[in-house]
This record gives sequence, C-alpha cells and structure tokens, in this order.
Amino acid sequence: MGAAALRVQFDTFLGGPLDWRARPLPQAVPSGIAEIDLPRGGLTEIVGPASSGRTSLLLSILAAATARQEACALVDAEDAFDPGSAAAAGVLLDRLLWVRCGHNAEHALKAADLLIQGGGFGLAILDLGDTPPASARRISLTSWFRLRRAVENTPSVLVTVARQSLASACASLVLECARDRAAWSGAEPAGPPASRLLRGIHARATSTHRSRTCSPVFTAAAL
Amino acid sequence: MFACLHGSGALTALAFEFSPVVEQTGPGTVTFAVAGLDRLFGHPQDVAAAIARRAREVQVKANLAIADNPDAAICAARGFSGVHVIPHGDEAKFLGDLPVALLEPSPELQETLERWGIRRFRDLAALPPLGIAERLGPEGLRLRERARGEAERKLAPVEEPLRFEDAMEPEYPVDLLEPLAFLLARLVNGLVTRLATRGLATDELRLRLTLETRAIHERTLRLPVPSLDSKAMLKLMQLDLEAHPPAAPVVHVWLGANPVKPQAAQSGLYVPMAPEPVKLELTLARIRMVVGEGRVGTPELLDTHRSDAFRMAEFSAAKPRAAGRTQMKVRLALRLFRPPRQARVAIASGKPSFVTAEGIRGKVLDLAGPWRTSGDWWTADPWSRDEWDIALSDGALYRIYCEEKGWFVGGNYD
Repeated sequence: MGAAALRVQFDTFLGGPLDWRARPLPQAVPSGIAEIDLPRGGLTEIVGPASSGRTSLLLSILAAATARQEACALVDAEDAFDPGSAAAAGVLLDRLLWVRCGHNAEHALKAADLLIQGGGFGLAILDLGDTPPASARRISLTSWFRLRRAVENTPSVLVTVARQSLASACASLVLECARDRAAWSGAEPAGPPASRLLRGIHARATSTHRSRTCSPVFTAAAL
Repeated sequence: MFACLHGSGALTALAFEFSPVVEQTGPGTVTFAVAGLDRLFGHPQDVAAAIARRAREVQVKANLAIADNPDAAICAARGFSGVHVIPHGDEAKFLGDLPVALLEPSPELQETLERWGIRRFRDLAALPPLGIAERLGPEGLRLRERARGEAERKLAPVEEPLRFEDAMEPEYPVDLLEPLAFLLARLVNGLVTRLATRGLATDELRLRLTLETRAIHERTLRLPVPSLDSKAMLKLMQLDLEAHPPAAPVVHVWLGANPVKPQAAQSGLYVPMAPEPVKLELTLARIRMVVGEGRVGTPELLDTHRSDAFRMAEFSAAKPRAAGRTQMKVRLALRLFRPPRQARVAIASGKPSFVTAEGIRGKVLDLAGPWRTSGDWWTADPWSRDEWDIALSDGALYRIYCEEKGWFVGGNYD
C-alpha cells in the first residue's frame, strides 16, 4: 500500500485532511490581560518608552505566573525593580528570584543565559528597560539567538523589557507599549495639587508578531 | 578465622579497615573476623602480614594473632609479642606455655588452681573434664576449653561510628585552585561513595584548609536538599573557593560530610515546574560570581512605611504553596532609580515647575502632592520627606521628593 493511499485512509478515519507539515502552535500562557497570551518556549519582547506601561504589563505577567505557582526569575540590569509595586500587583514574591546586576547589561545577559540554561523556571525576565539604548544595542544578535535556542522546546517563557526592539527576528512576539493618557483625579491642573491624585495610566500594547496582530488597551491603576 | 590486636593506638579503626565485625574485647584488645580475607590476600600468614603492614602505616603498636576461634586469638595476642598465626588443630600445643592468669579466672578459682599447682595452660588442658566439672563447676570447664583452644563463641560486634570525613596532605604546598580542585575531587568522590554504600546522602560539606602560615581557612557548603551529586558539590566548592580564596598556600586538606537520609520525592503530573534544587544552587553560585554576593535572592518586604524597604532572602524553589491570586487587575508600577537621582527643581507658586536631573529635564505639566511621609523618629535613623507625582514635558511620569539633603527623583511610573 502506497503512502498516498495510507494518507487517504487516515484522512477518512480522522474526518478530514490534515496539514502534515504544519508545526504545532506553541502553548500560550495568559499574561493577566485578556487579549495578550505569551508563547511558551519563545522570546517575547515588551518595548516602549518610559511611562508607557511596560513594567505594569510585566508585573501582570509575573503575577499570573506566580499565581500558577511557577518559579520565576527576574534579571534586573538597572536595579529598577520595586518589590512594593510587585507585591501590590499580586506577585507572590517568594516564588521570584531577583538578580540585581547593578547597572551592567553585560552581567545581566550572562546571568539570564545561566538561568535559562539551568532550566526549570516557568518565566524568565530580562529587564533592560532603563539601559541606555547605546549599551543595549551592543548586545550582539548571536546572544539573542543563543537565548532563543536555550528557551526553545522548553516550557519556559522568556520576556525582555527594553526601550526598543533588540532581538528582532529572534523574538516570537513583540509587544510595543504606548501611553494614551495619564489619569489624574481631583481638581484641574491649575488647582491646588494636594487635592489631586495620580490614578493610573491608559496604555496600548500593539503586537507586531507576523502571525498575530492585536492591540489591546489596558489600564494600570495606581494604588 | 579470627584476628586479635592487643596493644595501643587506633586499634578499632584499624580493625574496621579489614572487617565489618569488630569486637572491643577489653581495654587495648580488639578482636575481629577475618574469614574470607584469604581470598583477597592468600594464606593466613599473608593476611597477618597485610594487617601488620597497615598497623605500621597508621602507627599502631600491637601484638597480632590469628586463630580459628576468637578466644585462642585473644590469648595468643595477649601472651606472645609480635605476629603469630595459630595453625588449625594446634591451638592447645601453641598456647600450652601461657600462664593460667591470662584466662582471667575468678580470684577463688585462681587460688584453687594455684594450690593444685596448675600454672600453665598445658596443665589445665591435661585435667580430666569430668573431674573439673565435679570440683570447679561450669566455670572450670569453660576455662579448660579456652586453655585447649577449643572454645567456640560469637563476637559481640561494635557499631562502626558514622563519621564521614577524610583528609589529605599534599606533597608540596598548593597555591593554585586548580590543583586543589583535584585533591578535593578525590576527597569528595571517596566520601560520596562511602555515603552511597550506606544508603545516605549529605546536605552539608565542611572544608578545613590548613595554610602554610599555620592559619585555618574554613568553608561550609550547605546544599538545599540532601544529595550525592559529587560533580555539583565539586563545582559549588570550586566556585566558593574562587569567591573566598585561601590567603596562603594549602598544606593540609580536611573534608567532612554531614550524613542524612536521601530525599525521596514523588513527582506529579500537575506539580508546577521548578528548577532542580542542586542544579539551581550551582546556577546561583555561578551568577553570584558574576553579579556579586548579596545581589541574588528573593525580595522580602520589611514591616515599615519607609520607601524601598526590603531585604534579600535565600531563594528556594521548593517553598510551600501559597494561595494564588484570583483577581487579575493591572497595577501601575514604579521603576526605582537606585541610587535616587539628585535633582534641581524650580518652584513657582509653591509648586515644582521645572525639573532637571541626570538624564531627565522637563517642564512640569501636571502634578499631585505633596504627600508627607516620615517614620523611625524614635531611632537613630529617622526619615521624613515630601513626595510629588509629576508629569514632565519629556513624556514620562516621575516620583520626586524633597528631604533634608535636597530634591531627588525616586523613580518613574511605567
């Protein structure tokens, strides 16, 4: 019996033709924002300028991962992580490994590589959000390929935060954040500032992935 | 076949090197079973020679006797100096010249035997058993059996002390970590093998290095879970020594392991993923080498209202499960500047109007504040500051504050 006949038999049995060459879609994990799911075994980039909601989105992802009881790692290149904000966002801090790299992007990259090679983390984050663009751009494409290869075929999610996209083709998903507006409460700007409060920001995350396009709007509320 | 050592030194330790069944017969006397050693060494004489050679190496000064039964070996070791092997069946003849006092009879029996003129083993062995039983009772019969070298009994073995430690002295002082790692590998592998043969593992390794300057360099390596992974232990020890190198060349290496039961864990299909503990410890040690001590761990919030108050705790992937968050709501996050950036703030109508700091410059477009916070005024380290949330013309939202030392930008909202 030839391969073609076998295939016809399989198709008949399974109720329709199958795309034998299609690669299975990676398993997606929720980010805490309805329209954003992150691919397991892939690199996700969150990019945007300061105050664009990148870190709020990141903490939401982190909170969702720790709620699933996964071990998470945050490699913090610029020592910018605020444990208080994270706890308020629902992150279970005892499931989080925090590596403080003291303003050294090279150390951050090395630490992230060691963590991913070690394996076992459900979520690994490389935060280059405050790294000057000139330093961040010095990270070679080979390093990003190495990170992507290390995380490929594993159930880990690798997320990077930066001002602009650095990993280019190595990223499975790029989420570009932009702030729509900040929400203030109380009197008008001209009024007494003591009667006002920063309530939060309205931000938009635009996916620039080839096969998935979405632009969810999320609101990050201040405490 | 039994051997007996009678003398001074570490007799029990020497006996345990040759046999697991060792009896502490008395002060300075140790008896142990050597049956089966002939397959390893050859004739009983070769076994005796091997024991004597090892005794010389470990500086044990003792008489050694090998016989078919323990009592004959004990009497020979106590009665003859040097090394003796009693041939099978010749015990009575061999022991015949020894004084009866070696059999340690009771004082009354000793006195009776002396009155009868029985002073040597030979004399006691020649007496008829029926007559001895009538006159001296069962004790007399037992003494006669021992004098003839025919007493059969089992050894009362002592438990081998569970000490897992080893030491090594290099031929010359070691001043580089690489050759030291070779010595450590030998010690670690030996200890791990000994632990494995007893079905144990270790959760702590203690390393003591004696330096050329007579100083002692001590390091303790604690493993997150009991393990027998010698490669991981070696690597961890190597990384620890790289981070804390000895101050002078090493002349003596001592390594001890804490024996514990190995961890038995049942994995489950629905157990959330977590790094393997020993592998994680190795990864963290490597990262600490890169970023420095005290910069890797789990943040723990302190019970205070002071800004940025936390401490770093050890990260454990196997912590008990806490309740997960059920309601997802995105919160506005603050990115901190560590250290805070000193700022110059222009004030107009009592409000900040223009802010300049490192990498930050802009006109204040919107603001809220000031929010006064203070605390710890009852301690030597009080704090007090006025905080403002501001939107700058550079497009970002910042938290600035004013305290005694001046104005600072604490971080930005992101």
